[in-house]
Amino acid sequence: MFDLFSSDLFLRAFVGATLVALLSAPVGYFLVLRAQVFAAEAFMDICFAGATGAALVGVAPLFGMVLFSLFSAAGLGAFGGRARGRSVEVGMVLSFALGLGVLFLNVGTRGSAFHSTAGVGILFGSLMSVQWVDIQRMLVFGGLSLAVLAVMFRPLLFSTIDPDVARARGIPVQGLSVAFLIVLALAAASCTLVVGVLLAAALLIAPAAAAVRLTHRPLSALLLAMAFSLFVAWGGLFLTFAGTWRHPPAGFSFSVLAALVYGVSLIVGAIHRGGRLPSTHDLNREVSEGGPQW
Amino acid sequence: MIELLRYPFIVHALLTGVFVAAVAGPCGYILISRNLTFAGHALPNIGFAGAAGAVLVGVQPVYGLLAFSLAAGIGVGLVGNDLRERDITIGVLMTLALGVGFLFLSLYAGYAQRVYGILFGSILGISATEVLVTGVSAAVVLAGFLVLYRPLLFSTFDPASAEAQGVPIRLISVLFMIMVAVTVAISIQVMGALLVFTLLIGPAATVARCVRRPFMVLLGSAVLGIAYTVLGIALAALSGRLPVSFFVASLSFLVYVPVRLVTHGEA
Repeated sequence: MFDLFSSDLFLRAFVGATLVALLSAPVGYFLVLRAQVFAAEAFMDICFAGATGAALVGVAPLFGMVLFSLFSAAGLGAFGGRARGRSVEVGMVLSFALGLGVLFLNVGTRGSAFHSTAGVGILFGSLMSVQWVDIQRMLVFGGLSLAVLAVMFRPLLFSTIDPDVARARGIPVQGLSVAFLIVLALAAASCTLVVGVLLAAALLIAPAAAAVRLTHRPLSALLLAMAFSLFVAWGGLFLTFAGTWRHPPAGFSFSVLAALVYGVSLIVGAIHRGGRLPSTHDLNREVSEGGPQW
Repeated sequence: MIELLRYPFIVHALLTGVFVAAVAGPCGYILISRNLTFAGHALPNIGFAGAAGAVLVGVQPVYGLLAFSLAAGIGVGLVGNDLRERDITIGVLMTLALGVGFLFLSLYAGYAQRVYGILFGSILGISATEVLVTGVSAAVVLAGFLVLYRPLLFSTFDPASAEAQGVPIRLISVLFMIMVAVTVAISIQVMGALLVFTLLIGPAATVARCVRRPFMVLLGSAVLGIAYTVLGIALAALSGRLPVSFFVASLSFLVYVPVRLVTHGEA
């Protein structure tokens, strides 16, 4: 196992997956609480257009993804910030982005701007082709979005739990929700780079959803989400690299582990506390009782 | 444009597209009204895993597709009504299915071309038999709409009263998801797994902003969907080999945005 770390390929994959796991846990936590799973899904598909578009003009995919998803974050924000109950708008943006991605891919593969299997790499992840320069960029974008998230953590949590009261107390609920969409856009781009458009949810959604089912305390849920996403990332890498059996593709291992974590959390949650997602009331209680803990 | 009709493959694609769009639009309207937009996105993607599995074992992809999307549709029909829970469960299951689909793909030696066909759709190589099968399936779904019309609308827009009056809302919801699954399965040939969603949601979302009465929305979204598809296929054929799905997605987005802006605030 440890001799794996001497291979540069593995090291890059390891660092990339770890970074993405650490970034996606806190973003996923808010995502789940704010019921924006579908919006996150849309950002991943938007990244598909971004990555294929970038490949077409010969730019690094991460830049294309960040550009496209930031643009869409602004667009969705204009449609009314918090995308809850706005699933039709989200769906329309999502399908247009997919359409563009299909166009770019089609033009690119026929004009031989990239190889005909490039699309599969973008859709299902290309952990093996993550370069150090990608990791540096992910560090910048990821660090930036984590910093923004840390700064707005308290007010964002407050406005997520009880937007009306938060608004009454002068918290800029609308502004925060656009800011969160931007953070989400950056996180989705980073996830997509490592695990691919179609499978990024394995890191972004499942670990946080599992954690929220097991505890209603914000800090515990965050830490738990982080532990789960590291489990998915490292476990996925282990299944892909270690051993001598025929290796499954990384995307498969990631998505199976993610589903496993979520499935176990459903069972444990059901036994433990009726296994429901926290309501406004639950969260308010935890936050007011748990004062300094978070 | 009329000359295109001399090519049999274009005629086949047009017929398939018309059949598919005629049922996809109405399905989409009910999906949107039931807050199942995300399920409409997930079902084809889950179906993709089935198609990839079928390719792997050497069966026609459409069978695998139908099996997986039926299973997923029934599952969604049975899952409870908490929007947040449902979206998360759908998201996790969809990711799992796509991961499994990816495994099937990587085990299958033939790789890219056929898979791209499933993901992105193609107007090439639709046989007369497939046109017939699509037509029959679409007719079955349409018949489902006629038979279920009242209870379906009732349980969609007022589930509480429907249940109180003895409408079997669970059964209706499962039957409806079966109709959606069949629609998805027949749509994939032309539209591809990734963009079936456009044909489901696009026309319905646009028409629902313009007219009120459910019957008119159902009819209108079928008509608009057919228009998008016919135009999309014509443009795809004229452009050489650009995918139909791109044109349909662009058309539906470009029509939706102004409609959305004009009818501000209504739903």
